[in-house]
Amino acid sequence: MSSLPPEPILAARNLSKSFAVARSGRDVLALAPKRRLQALRDVSFTLAGGEILGVVGESGCGKSTLGRCLAGLEAPDRGELLWRGQSLAAGHDRGNRARRIQMVFQDPYASLNPRMSLGQMLEEALYVHGLCNGAAERRDRVDELLLMVGLPPRLKDRLPHAISGGQRQRISIARALAVEPEVLIADEPVSALDASVQAQIINLLEDLRTKLGIAIIFIAHDLSVVRHISDRIAVMYLGEIVESGRTEYLFSRPMHPYTRGLLAAIPIPDPTRRTHAPGIEGEAPDPLNPPLGCGFSTRCPYVVEACRAGRPALASTADGRAVRCAIPAASTAFEFDPC
Amino acid sequence: MTAPGEAVLQVEDLRVTFGKSPDSVTVVNGVSFEIRQGETLGLVGESGCGKSMTCRSLIRLFGGASPSSIEGSILFGGRNLAHVAPKDIVNIRGRDIAMIFQDPMTSLNPTMTIGRQIVEGLRRHEKLNHQQARRQAIDLLKSVGVTAPERRMDSYPHMFSGGMRQRVLIAIALACRPRLLIADEPTTALDVTVQDQILKLILKLQAETGMAVLFVTHDLGVVAQTCDRVAVMYAGNVVEMAETQQLFANPSHPYTRALLSALPAHGARLKRLQPIDGSPPNLADPPPGCRFEPRCRHAIPACARSLPTLRPVGGSHMSACIRLGEVE
Amino acid sequence: MRRLVSEETRRRFKRNLGLQIGLLMLFAIVVVSLAGTSIIPFDPVEIDFGNILQPPGLPHLFGTDDLGRDVLARVVAASWVDLQVVSICVVLPFLIGSTIGLISGYFGGWIDTLIMRLVDILWAFPFYVLVISIVGALGPSTTNIYIAFSLVVWISFARIVRGEVLLARRLEYTQAVSVLGYSHLRIMLRHVLPNVITPAIVFMMADVVLTILGVTSLGFLGFGIQPPTPEWGSMIADGRNFIQDGWWISFFPGLAIVFVGIAFTLIGDGLDDLLRPKA
Repeated sequence: MSSLPPEPILAARNLSKSFAVARSGRDVLALAPKRRLQALRDVSFTLAGGEILGVVGESGCGKSTLGRCLAGLEAPDRGELLWRGQSLAAGHDRGNRARRIQMVFQDPYASLNPRMSLGQMLEEALYVHGLCNGAAERRDRVDELLLMVGLPPRLKDRLPHAISGGQRQRISIARALAVEPEVLIADEPVSALDASVQAQIINLLEDLRTKLGIAIIFIAHDLSVVRHISDRIAVMYLGEIVESGRTEYLFSRPMHPYTRGLLAAIPIPDPTRRTHAPGIEGEAPDPLNPPLGCGFSTRCPYVVEACRAGRPALASTADGRAVRCAIPAASTAFEFDPC
Repeated sequence: MTAPGEAVLQVEDLRVTFGKSPDSVTVVNGVSFEIRQGETLGLVGESGCGKSMTCRSLIRLFGGASPSSIEGSILFGGRNLAHVAPKDIVNIRGRDIAMIFQDPMTSLNPTMTIGRQIVEGLRRHEKLNHQQARRQAIDLLKSVGVTAPERRMDSYPHMFSGGMRQRVLIAIALACRPRLLIADEPTTALDVTVQDQILKLILKLQAETGMAVLFVTHDLGVVAQTCDRVAVMYAGNVVEMAETQQLFANPSHPYTRALLSALPAHGARLKRLQPIDGSPPNLADPPPGCRFEPRCRHAIPACARSLPTLRPVGGSHMSACIRLGEVE
Repeated sequence: MRRLVSEETRRRFKRNLGLQIGLLMLFAIVVVSLAGTSIIPFDPVEIDFGNILQPPGLPHLFGTDDLGRDVLARVVAASWVDLQVVSICVVLPFLIGSTIGLISGYFGGWIDTLIMRLVDILWAFPFYVLVISIVGALGPSTTNIYIAFSLVVWISFARIVRGEVLLARRLEYTQAVSVLGYSHLRIMLRHVLPNVITPAIVFMMADVVLTILGVTSLGFLGFGIQPPTPEWGSMIADGRNFIQDGWWISFFPGLAIVFVGIAFTLIGDGLDDLLRPKA
């Protein structure tokens, strides 16, 4: 096993994205300046081939926006995306990008065209990208794809309304895999499913990574799920990555105070371990009015003056981890061991 | 009025049916449980298992379609709520039994200030003039952790975040000091750090007021952290009931075990999650015997013959499985 | 093997009495307008001063008008004319408006803003004023009626389709096919259009009713289809002066309009139910 990290296939450098916010009539009359919601600020990370990177954070942290920028649905205002070192500009050559990066969405009901059969959806993907020689080969490949995601080929004439949520999610995955991407962005793929079905889909994604060697960016708010499936995790807060590193380290020795607070807040399914200590107080600040300095300074139990003065930079450590904190708590003991 | 440890609510063989036969669907199929003073009973299950419908049937609060029939007995305060006339149920709702719902975004009237919404509830059930009600409302907001309550009384719901709204809803629910609080997935729509705050708040308020709490959720982690006892529901039936510690340490019913094995955190040491194959049954046409039988890896022919009833496993631990003790 | 019409659609159709009646009525109208003139022994334009103002009875079931022409024959002859004109005056705006709405909603941005401003401007004018002005300016003729309706009615369809497209764009399936790298044309025609066109089709039925009123009103005002071609609106106008002595001259064409209106309203309501997306 080499000590150098493998060549990243996807790299993001200083991605920033903001959205214009509609102003109320009163604002316009008062000649108030236009406001922008900074959804992403200076996000940088790398993804190696066949790696599963989990991206977690609570609502408003920007993880969904990040996924959409990677998939090409949004164009970042600043920063760049690199595919094997080459720049990937949004909007240009959508066909080529589609063969590299694909996406699976959260809502299994809205992810599928209600008027197309499962077989038609998969065939179309194959047809548009010219992946098979002729209709017969396409049909065979459709069957293959269905089996790959654990669906019987006889379902291919069904319409989406006639299959269950878990099955719809499988079809979304099959559709994404049809074009043979190397990176799959999964934006909360199991959040809308029951626990028993979640497990099916998570296992499926793991199997696909093993069999096909695709890399997955798994965006979720459920830390337990992310912990199970990810090789590395990036924790986001208010549009930036505040900590990242290998899953085992992040969970056993979290360095950023927000990560600690997040881990401590997960309700552990073990009644013998009940925490009565108060968790993180308050709520995330309004992204339209972010605090000066560190985004977490308004809620951090370890806050000092330096935190409010300026935004800390993302600092890397020796064991491949990165933290954005003026006083990362690496030395203070924090034991988190859910099971 | 109820002595500590005494049952506040006793539900016996509750059956809730929608529609007319032959197209009727029985969504709650003979559910029985009791909640004692000061305790938190968790009602856990996946979507469609009937847990929400059970709660709503207790106070007959149905949003859209009403059931065609509610059978069984719901004993509360010496009365059978199933037989109380609709016009009298409103006197119990909000005063003796309060309910909070899943989505704080849609649970508050967007056109009324939150102060008014709390005061409205107070004055409906108690004889207070406006001043007194307002003062009580401010105290309530303080007790649920809303900062600057005097000022925020006059704010509208859209100015609050999800977590704050849920606190307001808890304040409204607790305004008349109910004996029972029904919480239907109150934290499912909230971020995990906010969920943690709200759960701790509910437990704190419970300790202060001594009320009983019926906590409905699909999240076994939440159950483990907040509930004293748990009832696991599947396809309209209670399949297992036990003290929380017992349920997690010694799950008896195959469904409970499967549910626990499917959790990532619980099975973190295992390399693979153990999903449950298949999906829940169609309640319009349920299986004849045990409803979990089609998906159960321990099923035998006898399981499909008749619906199993809850049988004791040991102490107060009950399980609705005919193969009790036989399966590993 | 996929059936052309799904099981669920068939079930909905069987349940929908209104739709069945409406289609039956429409069928009757079409049959009458196509075959009617050959069955009825009287000529709709032949003047017969010996037979003027005969009340309904035999042999003139609907009576005769002030020029001795058989009213029934005229009503039937006019039905063909009116149906033809109305169809084109509905279909053309449907096609134009839906296309513009689709493009506007899909691309958004300045295209959308521009088109919507245009729609807002036209929307501000009362419908009849615009149509009459255009026909008046161009001169009354059937072709000019088509032009006038096309120029004015497309905005209703554009708004409906654009609204639906904006909703569809937010759903994940349109985003998914965008990530799959499909061309905009493919996404618009294959994925968005089938899912947004239903309300426009339903509105078409309601529009037929409005258009009949519009075309016949033009006829009534003298701007419409010119004599001697019989047309329900102009027949009602002609009968104005004879309400006392010949009420049937205006009555029967009016009845025909009501009949067609009811038929299309029933069809429209029925289609709305039929084409609702399956849950």
